[in-house]
Amino acid sequence: MTPARMLLGSTCLALCAGMANADQASGTLNLAFSKEVETADVYFNTAREGLLLNHAIWDGLLYRNPETGAYEGNLATDWTWIDPTTIEFKLREGVTFHNGEAFTADDVVYTVDYVTNPDNGVKNLANVMWMERAEKIDDHTVRLILKAPFPAAEDFLAGPVAIYPDEYYAEVGPQGMGVAPIGTGPLKVAELDPGKHFVLEANEAYFDGPKGASAIGRIDIRTIPDVNTQIAEFFNGTLDFLWNVPADQAEKLEAMGRYEVVNAPAMRVGYISMDAAGRSGESPLTDKRVRQAIYHAIDRQTILDALVKGSSKVVDSACAPVQTACAQDLPSYEYDPEKAKALLAEAGYADGFTIDFYAYRDRPYAEAMMGFLDAVGIKTNLNYMQYAALREQHRKGEVPMTFLTWGSNSVADASAMTAEFFTGGPQDDARDPEIIDWIQQADSTTDKEKRAGHYKQALTKIVEEAYWVPLFTYNVNYVLGPDIAYTPTDDEIVRFFAFDWK
Amino acid sequence: MLLFTLKRFGLAICVALTVSAISFGLLYMAGDPAVAIAGENASSVDIAAITAQYGFDRPLLVQYADWLGGALTGDLGRSWYFDLPVTQIVTDRLGVTVTLGALAISFALILAIPMGVAAAVRPNSLIDRAALFLSVVGQAIPSFWFGLILIVVFSIKLGLVPASGSASWKHFILPTVVLGYYATPAIMRLTRAGMLEVLSADYIRTARAKGLDTRKILFKHALRNAIIPVISLAAVQMGFMLGGSIVVESIFALHGAGYLAWESISRNDLPVMQALILVFSMFYILFTFLADLLNAWMDPRLRVG
Repeated sequence: MTPARMLLGSTCLALCAGMANADQASGTLNLAFSKEVETADVYFNTAREGLLLNHAIWDGLLYRNPETGAYEGNLATDWTWIDPTTIEFKLREGVTFHNGEAFTADDVVYTVDYVTNPDNGVKNLANVMWMERAEKIDDHTVRLILKAPFPAAEDFLAGPVAIYPDEYYAEVGPQGMGVAPIGTGPLKVAELDPGKHFVLEANEAYFDGPKGASAIGRIDIRTIPDVNTQIAEFFNGTLDFLWNVPADQAEKLEAMGRYEVVNAPAMRVGYISMDAAGRSGESPLTDKRVRQAIYHAIDRQTILDALVKGSSKVVDSACAPVQTACAQDLPSYEYDPEKAKALLAEAGYADGFTIDFYAYRDRPYAEAMMGFLDAVGIKTNLNYMQYAALREQHRKGEVPMTFLTWGSNSVADASAMTAEFFTGGPQDDARDPEIIDWIQQADSTTDKEKRAGHYKQALTKIVEEAYWVPLFTYNVNYVLGPDIAYTPTDDEIVRFFAFDWK
Repeated sequence: MLLFTLKRFGLAICVALTVSAISFGLLYMAGDPAVAIAGENASSVDIAAITAQYGFDRPLLVQYADWLGGALTGDLGRSWYFDLPVTQIVTDRLGVTVTLGALAISFALILAIPMGVAAAVRPNSLIDRAALFLSVVGQAIPSFWFGLILIVVFSIKLGLVPASGSASWKHFILPTVVLGYYATPAIMRLTRAGMLEVLSADYIRTARAKGLDTRKILFKHALRNAIIPVISLAAVQMGFMLGGSIVVESIFALHGAGYLAWESISRNDLPVMQALILVFSMFYILFTFLADLLNAWMDPRLRVG
């Protein structure tokens, strides 16, 4: 958002102390997406909005209770690890899909086989490629065979891995599912205009599972790209709930006293990655002392207080605190520009140096960091570009220093972040064999304590070597209309089925 | 006339081809399409799989030839983002944009031409000043700001029209005003300038001298000549309104072709981009062509070409 737009938003807020009328009478909850979702088929979209639809329309075998963080049975009622690569599930009986098709072990086997087959071109392969196949034992018992021990399996089964109806999907495929989705979830699709409009209706026949049935009969979701227009619609009472509202506007909405504003942490973490391995050529960043100086030079708390705000926290972990095995008792570097200068002098850069700095979002944050770096003598040239372009350049190892963020697909496990960036892949700027080894060991054991221990070793070394400067967690502002009851969770998933009227 | 038409048509094809080839290359230079398709949360494995699936590892020229071959046989391919036929998406979105464009240009003409005439008849009068003021404001106000102010006043405060969407004719009122107002200043200034020039011409003086009715002089003799450049300008503006209504479409959540084009760039959705570039350039050429025909019809001297 440009400053002009932010100013405008404020003007709008100041002028719009209008009236909000309730939709309770009509029984329809009105929501808006900010971006056009490419398809409703969850295995073929990458948008966060798709993840929200996934939780509303479909079910996974398991469910992660957002309050306790514990995994509960969902389409499965019971599950046991037979060995580190086999899980056996007892499936819930009497469940039917929205089209009347009965839910059985065949659906699980079909879904797993379909999504793990690379020929089918599922987009988020990382969500499914840990599964080898599924075996039907009887109609309501199924075994999931893993390619290798995968301790985060439960979280994936509670998150992105939705179970599809075998007969329907075999008939219509991803394109059919994308426009006429069928699941077992608490809400079913009544109308769908690709990218523009979704109408969901309560699934009257929903089973007695941990998600619970939807208290709201009808949910109408339109795509409104402009946040100011969303706020205008909210004032008109034609939207009942907003999320991802920018901090400044959320503050003003709260000050009006009519709306409930809830700020909840998100799983997204911001960080600076530095090319310690020297992939982009010889640079000062291959010297550990320089990286430590950068860590000392940036006042993360001040950036957080002034710009990020909300429930965000400064972190030193290369993962989000809410994720399993993401240790938080790690070493840290306090904000100390003098120490930073001393370290730079020790490394032979008493007069500082100039370096290319890349970013793709939250430009004010990036500029604040540049200001702090400038104060210790490090001049940065900002290359602000589209995410796709930056990521490509980073993968090629041409980026010396960059401010990035990662949302982990809402998978509440450290492997969804740490393992993505520190196991020698194209975005690993550290290429530290010891860290690679620890993470691999961690991800091949099902002993939770041992695994947490290895992750802690890896996370500690990432800080000690200052491969990254982990910055802060992100947060989301949710704004509730006067007659809406909903408790936002800290995993950035808006649970459409958990809304109620006051 | 037939030769003229064919020549123009051939030129149109060449323009469309050149534009599509350049944009194809530029879009590839802007970033790896596989990364864009995979999305922000995608892992390295996902990206590698997508590269192989879509054939992005093939030489650029082969990929372009592939697209061109399809396009010439009427197959514009499938959107990488929506995984739907490009033709389906583009036709779906064009409706809104064409409606909005036509309404906006009509609004602009209805507002601008009388204002321009009035301003020219009494130069430097209060009317002229008022028209000048309106046109400066129209040129200066950014449309995203104007749009939101209209929403605040007419939707939130007065509750007369809906704030966003395209469900009924009421939804088009505010976007028409915003987009149309943006085109008004240029048309008005050109009408005024044309009228001033024509009104000082000898034949108008003659008409006045023989005692012809002022209204007849203004509309039958003067405006008919003054309006010729305005028609060409309106055609250009119409082309602009189809591709350039991004901001208005985004504010009013209209989901038209302009917004689709804008979003397709950031999604690196090349097939949709290519199709839209083709459609927009064809529209542009069509409008200038129609303007030429209209001008020729109004002014026999132009029929020679």
